[in-house]
Amino acid sequence: MKYRSVFDIIGPVMVGPSSSHTAGAARIGLMAGKLFGRTPRTAHITFYGSFADTYRGHGTDVAIVGGIMGFDTFDLRIPQALDIAREKGIEVIFETSDLLTDHPNTARVLLEDEFGTFEIVGISIGGGTIEITELNGFPLKLTGGGPALVVLHHDRFGAIAAVTGVLANHQLNIGHMEVSRHEKGMQALMAIEIDETIPAEVIAELERLPQIERIAIFGE
Amino acid sequence: MFKSVEELVTIATERNIPISEVMIEQEMHVRRASREDIIGMMDRNLEVMEEAVERALQGVTSVTGLTGNDAVLMQDYIRSGKSLAGDLILDAVSKAIGTNEVNAAMGRICATPTAGSAGVVPGTLFAVKDRLEMDRDAMIRYLFTSGAFGFVVANNASISGAAGGCQAEVGSATGMAAAAIVEAAGGTPDQSATAFAIALKNMLGLVCDPVAGLVEVPCVKRNAMGGANAIVAADMALAGITSRIPCDEVISAMHEVGQMMPTALKETAKGGLANTPTARRLERNIFGAKEDAKQ
Repeated sequence: MKYRSVFDIIGPVMVGPSSSHTAGAARIGLMAGKLFGRTPRTAHITFYGSFADTYRGHGTDVAIVGGIMGFDTFDLRIPQALDIAREKGIEVIFETSDLLTDHPNTARVLLEDEFGTFEIVGISIGGGTIEITELNGFPLKLTGGGPALVVLHHDRFGAIAAVTGVLANHQLNIGHMEVSRHEKGMQALMAIEIDETIPAEVIAELERLPQIERIAIFGE
Repeated sequence: MFKSVEELVTIATERNIPISEVMIEQEMHVRRASREDIIGMMDRNLEVMEEAVERALQGVTSVTGLTGNDAVLMQDYIRSGKSLAGDLILDAVSKAIGTNEVNAAMGRICATPTAGSAGVVPGTLFAVKDRLEMDRDAMIRYLFTSGAFGFVVANNASISGAAGGCQAEVGSATGMAAAAIVEAAGGTPDQSATAFAIALKNMLGLVCDPVAGLVEVPCVKRNAMGGANAIVAADMALAGITSRIPCDEVISAMHEVGQMMPTALKETAKGGLANTPTARRLERNIFGAKEDAKQ
C-alpha cells in the first residue's frame, strides 16, 4: 500500500498551490539535499511529464530548490527559494524533457560541488506523497509496504549485518530489502522496508555506525 | 489495515464504533503512538485549516491576480439574506473557495487530500459545525473520517490530478467530506459509504485542465461546487437513499476513467479550459510570450 497514514491524506501542511507539484517537489528536493549532506554548488533539475508542462504555475521550481536547501513543505520561504539559492551561491539549472516516464510527475535532481555529485529521481504520486525510483544510478524498487530506510554505505564486509543488527535490537521487522553496488569496494546502497515507523533514536544509532555515509527515510 | 470501504464499514459496524475511531486506532498502530499524539497532530492540521479560512475572509489575492476575494463576496451575499441555495451550503462554498484562494496565493494550507482540492473538507466542516453542534473533538473526528475514505481511494485508485484528473482530487475530496458529514450528523458507517458513492459518482470524468498550469482557474470554483455536492450527497444518504453501485466499485470506476483519460486533460494545461482562447491569452499575459520551457 502506497499510503500508510491518515496524515498522507489529511496533510501535509504546506505552502500552496499543489500537493503533488509543490509539496511533493519540496520533498524530492529535501531527500536530495539530505542525502547530499551539504550545500551544493550546482543543482541541475530535470522535469518530465506534467512537471515539465506546469512546473512554473505550480511553484515546482521554487519548491524543489527550497527542499534542496532544507525547507519543509510548510516553510513560508519556499516562494523566495530561487532568490535565496542565488544568495547562497547555488547555481540552479532547470531543464524539461519530453521523454516518457513511468509516472507523469517525475523529477531528476543532480547536485554537485567540488567533493562530488549526487543524483536522485523522484516521483510525486499525489497528495504530497513521493517515491524515489533511482538513487545515484541505483534503481530502487520499493514495494511501498512500509517506511523505507535508504542507506548509502561503503561496500565493506559487515556493513549490512551491522545495520540489520541495530534494527533487530530495536525489534523492527524487515519486510523487504535490497542491496546493490556499482563496483566492488566502492559505494553501495541498502534499501530496507520496515513494518513499523522508525524511531529517531534508531536513525541516530545507525548514523554512528562505521561504513555508513548517509541515511534517509521515506514513505512515512 | 483496511483495504476497502466495505472492510472499513464492516469493522465499524461489527464493533459498533464510528469510522473515525477505526482510522484513529489504525494510525496509533502504524505510528506506534498514543491516542493523544495522533489527536494532537490532527488538531494542529485543523488549526492550519482555520487560519487559512480566517485569512481568506479578510480578502486574499493570488500573485497572478486570477483568483481572490470571492470568499468575501459570498459572505457578503449570505449576509444580504437573498440567497437561494441556503446559508449553510453557501457558507461551505465560501470557505472552500477561501481555502483555495489562500492556496493559490502560496499561503499555508493543509492538503485534503491534495492542495488543489484542499477547500472541500474544511469548507464543509466549518459550514456544518454549528448546525450539528460539533465540539473540537467532533471536528477532529470529521477529519479522521474524511481521511479514512481518502486512504482507500489513494491506495486503490489515485488522488493525483496528473494520474487521474480532477475527479481524483476534488472528486475524492467531495466524497470524503460527504462521508464525514454523515458521521457528524449521526448517520451510520454504511450511510457514510453511500454518501461517498453518491458524491463521487457525480464527479466521475471531471478533467484536470488548469489555466496556465496554475492551481487557480477552475480549481477554486471546483472546490466550491465540491462542497455543495458533498452536503447534498450527505443529505441524500441520511434521507435513506442508497447507491445501486457500491462505494468500492465507484472508486474502481473512477480509477478506470482516470486511466482512459487523455494526458492533455491530466494536469498538463494542454486541453479543456486551459486550451481556450481566453486561457491562452491569460497565459501569455502571465508568463510572457512562448519562451516556455517546452522543448
